[in-house]
Formats: sequence, C-alpha cells, structure tokens
Amino acid sequence: MAERCAVIGVGQTKHAAKRGDVSMPGLVREAAARALEDAGLTWRGIDAVVIGKAPDMFEGVMMPELFLADALGAVGKPIMRVHTAGSVGGSTALVAAYLVQAGVHERVLTVAFEKQSESNAMWALTISVPFQPPVVAGAGGYFAPHIRAYIRRSEAPAHVGMLVAVKDRLNALRNPYAHLRLPDISLEQVAASPMLWDPIRYLEACPSSDGACAMVLTNGDGAKRSPGAPAWVWGTAMRSEPVIAYGRDQVNPRAGRECAADLYGQAGITNPRREIDVAALYVPFSWYAPMWLENLGFAEEGRGWKLVEDGVTAIDGDLPVNPSGGVLSSNPIGASGMLRFAEAALQVQGRAGEHQVDGARVALGHAYGGGSQFFAMWIVGSEKP
Amino acid sequence: MREVAIVSFAQAPSVRRETERNEVEMLTPVIAEAIERSAISRKEIGFTISGSSDYLAGQPFSFVTALDAVGAWPPIRESHVEMDGAWALYEAWVRLQIGDVDSALVYAFGKSSPGDLGEVLALQLDPYYLAPLWPDPVSLAALQARALLESTGYTERDMAEVAARSRRDAQSNPNAQVASDFSVDDLLAEPYLVSPLRKHDCPPVSDSAAAVVLAAGDLARRVCERPAWVRGIDHRIDPHYPGVRNLAESPSAALAAREAGVGDAPVDVAEVHAPFSHQELILRDALGLDGRTAINPSGGALAANPVMAAGLIRIGEAARRIMEGNARRAVAHATSGPCLQQNLVCVLEGD
Repeated sequence: MAERCAVIGVGQTKHAAKRGDVSMPGLVREAAARALEDAGLTWRGIDAVVIGKAPDMFEGVMMPELFLADALGAVGKPIMRVHTAGSVGGSTALVAAYLVQAGVHERVLTVAFEKQSESNAMWALTISVPFQPPVVAGAGGYFAPHIRAYIRRSEAPAHVGMLVAVKDRLNALRNPYAHLRLPDISLEQVAASPMLWDPIRYLEACPSSDGACAMVLTNGDGAKRSPGAPAWVWGTAMRSEPVIAYGRDQVNPRAGRECAADLYGQAGITNPRREIDVAALYVPFSWYAPMWLENLGFAEEGRGWKLVEDGVTAIDGDLPVNPSGGVLSSNPIGASGMLRFAEAALQVQGRAGEHQVDGARVALGHAYGGGSQFFAMWIVGSEKP
Repeated sequence: MREVAIVSFAQAPSVRRETERNEVEMLTPVIAEAIERSAISRKEIGFTISGSSDYLAGQPFSFVTALDAVGAWPPIRESHVEMDGAWALYEAWVRLQIGDVDSALVYAFGKSSPGDLGEVLALQLDPYYLAPLWPDPVSLAALQARALLESTGYTERDMAEVAARSRRDAQSNPNAQVASDFSVDDLLAEPYLVSPLRKHDCPPVSDSAAAVVLAAGDLARRVCERPAWVRGIDHRIDPHYPGVRNLAESPSAALAAREAGVGDAPVDVAEVHAPFSHQELILRDALGLDGRTAINPSGGALAANPVMAAGLIRIGEAARRIMEGNARRAVAHATSGPCLQQNLVCVLEGD
C-alpha cells in the first residue's frame, strides 16, 4: 500500500534573464535553502535529492548533478537526475513523490533549474545531426503550426491569444519572483509587438529565464511534524507518446487526455471544471491556455477559448489559470514545470501571497514537453486524500 | 518492501564504432528481445524508463527519438534519467513499490563513437573551476591510481592481474569487445599511457545498448523460472572535487553496499562497474568482496564500456547468472562521474 505524500516546503529564486550574481550551484542552493526553511528543516533532515533540468546543452555541462551534489547537500545521500524535456520540472517532482509513496524515504528534496544565460537555448535546440533534419526555428517555430491548426479547428477569434498574454503578465505583477514585469501591458501593445512565428507575437511568447524551484516532500508522519499546513498529493500521472505515430494529434494529444483521466481517477474528480479550484498550466505560448483547457477536460473540444474570452480563467474568475503569471512571465525551462507544481501547492496551502486564489482547496499542476508528447501532472489538496 | 525481480535481460554486442545503425536502430532489437524473453506483452508493461546522455549523441533530447524503439502508442507511463541505465532501473524498482503497476521496461543506450569521449566526459566536470582545464577521464583516473598505489599495498601487478583476468574471462562473453589471453608479465612490459596506467588498465570506447524487464511478486514467478529478486538496492554520491576526496577509497560505494545488504550473506558472483583496473581494487574493498566471490565473469567494463549502459549491463549480467541457475546470490554495481564519484549497488538473489 502506498504511503501518503505531502508538500511541506516550497522555495524558488527570483527569476531573471540573467542571474549574473550567482553560479549554477548558487542558483539551485537559493531555491533549495528556501524550501528547507519553509519546511522547518536543515540539510541534515533530507534523505535524498531528486534534481531535474532540460537538455544539458542549455548550460554546456554534461550531467550537472555530479558537480551540483555538494551545493545541494547530497554528499553521502542518494541523488537522481531526471530529464523528460519541457515536462521535466513536473516529472522531477513526481519521481520525488514516488520515493515517498514507495516508502523508500521520508523526506525528499526536489529541485529543478535552468540557467539559460549560460548558453543559447535556440542554438542548443537546433543542432543538426546526421540522422534527422534539424528544426531551425526553436520551440516557437515548432509549435506555431499546431496553434494555427487549433485556431482553424475551433474558429477561435484572433484576440484570444492576446487576452492570455495580457492576463498572465498582469498576474505576474502580484508575484515577486516573476521575471517579466510589464505594468503597462495592453491588448494594443501585444498586437503591435513583432510577429515571431505566425500567429505567435513577441509578447505572446515566454521569456528566457535563469531560475530554480525546490520543494520538500514527505510522508504522513513527516507532514504531522511540519510547521505549516501541508499540501497533500491526491494524484500523480505521467504519459508519453512518440514523435510520430499514425493518428497522433499534436493539437489535442492523446497522452495529455489519458494522463488527465488517470489523474482525475486517482483524485476522485469527475468534473474538473467544478471540482478544481485553480490550475497552474504549462503555457509557454499564449494559445496553449485554451488548447490545454480542452485537453485537460475543463472545456469541450473547440470551446476552451470561450473560457478565456469570458474571463473564467482570470484570477477572480471561476477557474483561475496561472495566477502566478505562469511560463509566459518566467521561463527557466527545466524549472518551469516544477514552478507549476509548486504554485498548485502554495495555492492549497493558502500561501500564494498577492496572487492567492480565495478559498483554493484543490489545485492542478501541469507540465508538458517535447513535441507536445510528454506530460506530467499532479493534483494537490488542502485536505488529506 | 514489495518483491521485485529481474525477469529478462538483453544487450547489443559492444563494438568500437557502430556505423550502420543509429541509437533507435541499435535499441529496437534489444528491447524486442528483452520483452520477448520476459513473456510479458508490450501492452502489459506498466512503466517504461530509460537512461542516456544527450552529450554522447551530440544532440538535445536524444531520448525522445529513442522512444520510437519502444512503440509508445497508445501513450505509455514513461520517464527518463540523464544517468546510467542502472539508475533508471532504480527508479523502476521504486515505481513498482507503489503497487499500482506490476512490470517495468528499463533500457539504456550509449553510442560514444560519434565524438571524442575524453573531451565529452571532461564536460561532466565543474564548469567554472575544473572543465576549463580539460582534464580527460584517463588522466583523472591516473591520479586516483597513483593515490591508491601510494597509500595501500596494491601494486601495478595487482592492476595488471585485474586486466588480464577480465580480458581472459571476456573470451566466453559474445557481447564483449576486448577479449584475449594476456600474460601479466607481458602487460607490465608495456609503456605507460598516463602513469601509472597502461593501456590495459583502461576501458575500451564502446557503442551498445541494453534492456531489462522487471516484474513484481506473482507475475515474476509466472513469467520466469528463476527470477533474480532485488533484495537490496541503494546509491550514494561523494563530493565532486577530486581534491577533497581520498581517491584511494570509495565511501559512497561502501555506504551503498551496506544499505543494500551486501555483507548479509556470501556473494557467489559480483559484476562491478570498474572502467579502470585499479577501480576494481578500490571497489572490492568498498563492497567487502573477498576471494570467495567470482568478480566480473563477463569481463566487466575493461572488456566493454558503453557509457550510460555499462552499469545496467552489470545488473543484467549478474541477474543472468541467477536466471540461468549458475548463482544464488549476486551483487551488481554501477558508477558515474569522475573517479567513481557516484555509486549504485544492487543485491540479487534466486529463490
């Protein structure tokens, strides 16, 4: 029988285009130390460390967990390194949750980071190799055709992406850790920003950030001893599908739908739209908000954009999405998924500060990666499952 | 803990340069063979996980295309560690403890031939203070060998004996890359490569892939005549800087061995991931293995060292001895990082 799992500590760095004030060890330690302090623990109290980040070429260090072990207090302990593309921050948290649920460890520190300023992500994503044609346009170039397909299928009005871009940047003003601070953001400003990969405008795309996120996970006994109210893990799920498969739909991927169904089954959720109070979704380009709302079952296929247009996803709406400002406001790639998971935890703990959603009791953390093919999700609640 | 066993193992023969096939093509028959031997159908596999490194392939997300070798459609529960496949097996073992899935596929691939492995592995080092000096893995291992020779009674002859025995034993391993009958005296007459290491003290550069299927409890008994039960598994890490460690010892391997219960009963066979001959001497002591244990009958990493898969192959080789009825209790070990920085130990037993 699986152990219960709860989040008892959350920490993150200030995210910025370049954190020149810290090294990579300094960056991960900043987030980890905050998570430990939050959990009322010292380094000594941690049994194991699970670290995640996106491709090693983003910093130019092969398997950086080897040199980060010292900074993370992992010497003499087990440390694992997860890499599942963009979903990695989420799957890293899930591997840490497995260690607790499996009864292997009582207190696990999980950390995810990216220091994009060390290298050039566009370069790192576009290396040409002998066996494959290189995608020379970065993530935006890869996803733009899928967004166009979504707009065509759903007949969504053109301003929906811009509404998301404005909403998330206004939310970010309530989050002291957010990278982008755009107090004057407006639909006009987004519309006037350069078109990067049609239909993705500059202000509809995520920034490149340096940043890290960390959490302390524990079992039922550990949660009892925690100084604050824990966020209980109600369900965890991962799904992957290949790059190419007959019948594969990258606009509304089957792996995402099945991952959500598995998750809701574990959490006893039959109507996500009504039963989930707040959703932290991985939205690196504005249009992915309506796309994921459909993929996750919050709206019928082709109707996700209505939730955006009607203000349902606003911080004071019926289903707030990304009250922290989301990936559109801070994008340390490897950490972006864990930031979503951590935001879900903070919301149900009632500790999200100025971007707290009133009465949030059940929250979804979501991450995706690769060519919309890797999914990691969890549901956390203020009550024991 | 829930009973979990290795029920099948397959590997590609290690070669210096696999020029005909890419990673997916190398993996496809290996995964197919492991699944077929497990008698568990692809659709029944509850969890899939792999270990690999982008820096070997020289491209980001190299594990993404490797998914094509699995057939992940309809979508599967799947994860990846940027570590040797031995740690992927560890995650699979953890995942099976939760109890909602009963089987797992673990695979690893390492194709070192596209790049210069010495330069690639130098990028594992601290990027601020160590990597700019470009210390290659052979030079770092030589520092460790020197520390061992000067602080213990071990000699260069002990190292040559490890190399000679490994390459001799490899003659009966069809997947080995370097196999021959060398005399220790002849080996010691060779010049140094990086003192005190001679060529025979160093591993070959290898391309290969491997896959293991794990199953829990009754399923393992149903699909395998002699399952190799995982009785203990643990992994630990030492500090990164070679300068702050006593390189002649491996505290993380010793701790992992203690936690995994290596010393609880006699060990028939041990597959130890020691890419350099002197590292086997360090690891034998750390793991508490003596003359009663047959060490690396496969030839070990001195006979074939496909980076990222070599650790998983140690576990697979140890499990194979039990599955074939040639051992009752086996120990497998995997290492990662410069000078044995990180170590995993797994204890396997037959019924």
